[in-house]
Amino acid sequence: MISTADRARAADILAHFRDAGAQMFEADVLQPAGALLDLYGEDIRARAFTTTDPIAGEMMLRPDFTVPIVQRHMASGAAPARYCYAGEIFRRQETDEGRPREYLQVGFELFDGGDPAAADAEVFALIADVLAPWSAVPATGDLGLLIAAVEGLGTSPERRAALRRHIWRPARFRRLMDRYSGAAPAPARAALLDRLTAETPEAIVAEAGQAVGQRSVTEVAARLAHLAQDAAQPPIHATEAQIINALLSLDAPLAEAIDPIRDMAADLPSLAPAANALAARADALARRGIDPAKLPFAPARGRSLMEYYDGFTFTFSAPNRPDLPPLATGGRYDALTAILGGGTGVPAVGGVVRPGLLKVLP
Amino acid sequence: MIRLGVPSKGRLMEKTFDWFGARGLTLERTGSDREYAGRVQGADIALVLLSAGEIPRELAAGRLHLGVTGSDLVREKLPAWQTRVEAVAAMGFGHADLVLAVPNVWVDVDTLDDLDSVAAAFRASHGHRLRIATKYHRLVREFLRDHGVADYQLVDSQGATEGTVLNQSAEAIADITSTGETLRANHLKVLSDGLIHASQATLFRSLAAPWDAAAHAVLEELRPRFV
Repeated sequence: MISTADRARAADILAHFRDAGAQMFEADVLQPAGALLDLYGEDIRARAFTTTDPIAGEMMLRPDFTVPIVQRHMASGAAPARYCYAGEIFRRQETDEGRPREYLQVGFELFDGGDPAAADAEVFALIADVLAPWSAVPATGDLGLLIAAVEGLGTSPERRAALRRHIWRPARFRRLMDRYSGAAPAPARAALLDRLTAETPEAIVAEAGQAVGQRSVTEVAARLAHLAQDAAQPPIHATEAQIINALLSLDAPLAEAIDPIRDMAADLPSLAPAANALAARADALARRGIDPAKLPFAPARGRSLMEYYDGFTFTFSAPNRPDLPPLATGGRYDALTAILGGGTGVPAVGGVVRPGLLKVLP
Repeated sequence: MIRLGVPSKGRLMEKTFDWFGARGLTLERTGSDREYAGRVQGADIALVLLSAGEIPRELAAGRLHLGVTGSDLVREKLPAWQTRVEAVAAMGFGHADLVLAVPNVWVDVDTLDDLDSVAAAFRASHGHRLRIATKYHRLVREFLRDHGVADYQLVDSQGATEGTVLNQSAEAIADITSTGETLRANHLKVLSDGLIHASQATLFRSLAAPWDAAAHAVLEELRPRFV
């Protein structure tokens, strides 16, 4: 249950965010389900409460503030801004009886592309400051590195797009990487590929019987042609596959991670801008009094936190309480602003604190 | 007294009666054919006749001690089902597979990997997510999540699900099949790795029911006959 003390703590944190220059943001508890479903896919139904209004249609009890805040910011002209908010979040719990269905979140979001490293450091340092009394343990990541590495892989645009699409699904990303790099066998479709050497895709589709449904025979034939092309693709080069693996497994203090990543960029040049951004963020954090030599960093951290984090990510955890969810989470979501902004995006970074978790800590 | 819930109608009821009969427990209906009342001879058990679809909920609520229903229904209707019921015995009848099926004409699609890839392309060209018609929302969603399939949406279909593709209200389906005849008649094929759950009639024990010493003793005496 949300207690009076939780609300008071939320108000304190919110005041802290307002002092940092943020304007208050309010969002309805009932959010249209369409945008959330488009963004998160069917999985959101397992996490969010769905209800129906006879006129407005399917609605969801606010599962996060990110979507409404980005929508409103993009619709309002997308000038640089800082927002803060506090309110209830509703989450269905399908497996864990003990987790709350309703809890408070207090958040800070910064929309400004002027100096991304400084913006990342500002949000991180602000939340670190709020959580200082609880000795919260920080950890950081950067999905921008993984994305930049994927975009530089010497393979077909289709394979790069498939990997890019599954950045946030570690198991499927792994399967695709294994297949594309030759570590796992190619799909068993020898018979089909044989036919494609002798017959046109159109002829094969025409023989398959009655076409039903909205996916047209043209689409099927196009994918057949694509499968034939894909089967002829050479595997991703071993050096490049190793770089992806190294990025996925790297876990070191931020200051010690920069040189290895710069070395990787020598073999995979698409990494260079992201490596520079990482170094710039380390400097910006240092200027805010956060020591990069002591800050845990793993590039892939945050992959499962929220889909659409595509750069810096961070968590703050309760010391010696691995049973608790993170006290705070956050990250950069530049691409999300473009998706919700109808194509034009603006660099954005933010984070949320869960005041309800703080009461159980000394 | 132990309350045993069994399906109130049709072959599932008959086979359930046979299964218990073969194990020395005679289940019988009392009153007229239309009255949902029954008794168990030879044990201190109350017989409750109800719809197979309601048995999972009654078990979870602890209003039944034991219940016979499809393993698919328990998995679909009870979140974290293992924490609410125990599968005492697979009964060997009522077999039905929950499968994912796509049009035959999708010669390029044989696996979930293909389906995922097609879902991405379909969404890009049609402007909406690839629709899968089903009534098994939880089972299908968890299956697709575990296999990393994205860019699909579930559309609810409570009957004639195989026809939804032909009628353009879905691109694929997830439904129960036993022979595959209806799938074939509707120009659909099952994905090679598209078996979501192999269901059969199963005797479940409620973990929430009041298991006092007497009830417990009755079950433990019967248990060797059930396995």
